[in-house]
Amino acid sequence: MSTVIEVEGLFKRYGEVTAVAGVDFAVREGDVVALLGPNGAGKTTLVEMLEGYRQADSGRIEVLGYDPGSAGREFRDRIGIVLQESGIEQNLRVREAVEHYGAAYSCRLPAADLIRLVGLEEKADAKVKTLSGGQKRRLDLALGLVGDPHLVFLDEPTTGFDPSARRKSWEMVEGLTSMGKTILLTTHYLDEAQHLADRVIVLSKGRIVADGTPDSIGVGPPSTTVRFKTADPTSLPRLEAEPSVEQGKVSYQTVRPTALLHQLTGWAVEQGVELEGIEVVRPSLEDAYLSILDEEKGREDG
Amino acid sequence: MKMGDLRLVLVHIRHTNRIFWREPLAAFFTMAFPVMFLVLFGVIFDGEVRGVSFAQFFTPAIAVFAAATATFTNLAIGTAITRDEGILKRVRGTPVPPWIYMSGRILSAVWTAFLAIVLMFALGWILFDFVVVWRNVPAALLVFSVAVATFSALGLAVCSLVKTGTTAPAVANGIILPMAFLSDIFIPLEDAPSWLLVVGDVFPLKHFAAMFGRAFTPPEAAAFMGAGPVLAWDRFAVMAAWLLAGIFITMVFFRWEPRGGK
Repeated sequence: MSTVIEVEGLFKRYGEVTAVAGVDFAVREGDVVALLGPNGAGKTTLVEMLEGYRQADSGRIEVLGYDPGSAGREFRDRIGIVLQESGIEQNLRVREAVEHYGAAYSCRLPAADLIRLVGLEEKADAKVKTLSGGQKRRLDLALGLVGDPHLVFLDEPTTGFDPSARRKSWEMVEGLTSMGKTILLTTHYLDEAQHLADRVIVLSKGRIVADGTPDSIGVGPPSTTVRFKTADPTSLPRLEAEPSVEQGKVSYQTVRPTALLHQLTGWAVEQGVELEGIEVVRPSLEDAYLSILDEEKGREDG
Repeated sequence: MKMGDLRLVLVHIRHTNRIFWREPLAAFFTMAFPVMFLVLFGVIFDGEVRGVSFAQFFTPAIAVFAAATATFTNLAIGTAITRDEGILKRVRGTPVPPWIYMSGRILSAVWTAFLAIVLMFALGWILFDFVVVWRNVPAALLVFSVAVATFSALGLAVCSLVKTGTTAPAVANGIILPMAFLSDIFIPLEDAPSWLLVVGDVFPLKHFAAMFGRAFTPPEAAAFMGAGPVLAWDRFAVMAAWLLAGIFITMVFFRWEPRGGK
């Protein structure tokens, strides 16, 4: 598989503020990569340099074999950009917008298909100003895809959506993935990154602090928590992990939850003990993410 | 230029036209305002001198004002609002080259200016006995071409210098309205102090109005409306200087992204 994005030693400053402070990464064809980070982490600046909106201060960027900062028409013919905030002519109809913005691409998807893909058939003849926020965002997506791009940039595709609208958008993005498109999306929703991406890059203060599959990012192997309530915290089995008790709740940390559960339930049946409210908690990306950011903060403070 | 580019320019002209006519306010100021002036002037200055209707003076003058509004004012305000809405930024992310997008906007404005002039002439002819001096139409078209190029460039220059679309109308109208009064458009400046005439001479609108008006002066009125050739090179020179200034400012200061954005 060929490399679609290659970034080396990238820096970008705005006056005193360093927005991107030495970033290196590569994205291969067909990858779905999420750039994750809090506001001000440098996600948008980084993506806008890849899109060609901004010039880097130093470092090397290659996207589809082009330097985005100086690339022109052929480059933009092969990428699709869905910006966080960009307008569409309010008095244009949905179908007209898709047809108009498609006109410049050498290879364009049929307007009707695209409108169906983003679920705006009912609104095809409606003016943009009558669309809801979610519908407008879907039109944005359609306009980003109209040129049948090799690489799609999605800048915070579901910010401000209600849960059902987010689900719908996710389904659409998953549709793109199955078409084999390479996607770089930014988000500050952890579940979104987890759901859509096969690789997550965590940015903090302009630097990459973690890079891996959604399951692997975090510190060390992910440990699962097994938890239940107990009335008698004194008689607990010593399994492969030490139990910890807090407010009448026992929890075990393990990297092998199946084996631990087997031992635990065997012990409970033997002793005639009911494991009240037992639950198995997988570490969420959120925990991993917060711990990465905490660690970063600790490193700076220390 | 390839055929595909030409087609894309046409797509953008049609697109800008469509948006313009769907925006009632812009279309109203560009078309209805000059029509209102024309009708008011026609009612107030109802009469003729030696067989020539007064409309022969004011119809070309108001047509000139309409053409300047259609290009200068519309491009300044319309482009600034489009930039505020993030539409220009979107366009920059597509394969549309900047020159094609700009050509679309400018040529659409020029087309609107042309329609405005035709409308003023038609109304002047139907209502107030204005006559087209057909012999001078080629010269008038040449004057029109240089003038709309100049006012388009200046409109984009204003857009380049203002921060947002909210300030654009104040700046654009604050320029074009006083300029119209200094340029023999609403009132003849025969008795004005000479310094006022000099100030008017510095700006391009007076020269557009003078040459365009001269083109539609019938021979029998030459004695009292001023004779001489239709095309005056010194007048073209002033317009060309402003054209270059407008292009220069636009090239240096024009931005595709909303101001105040990151």
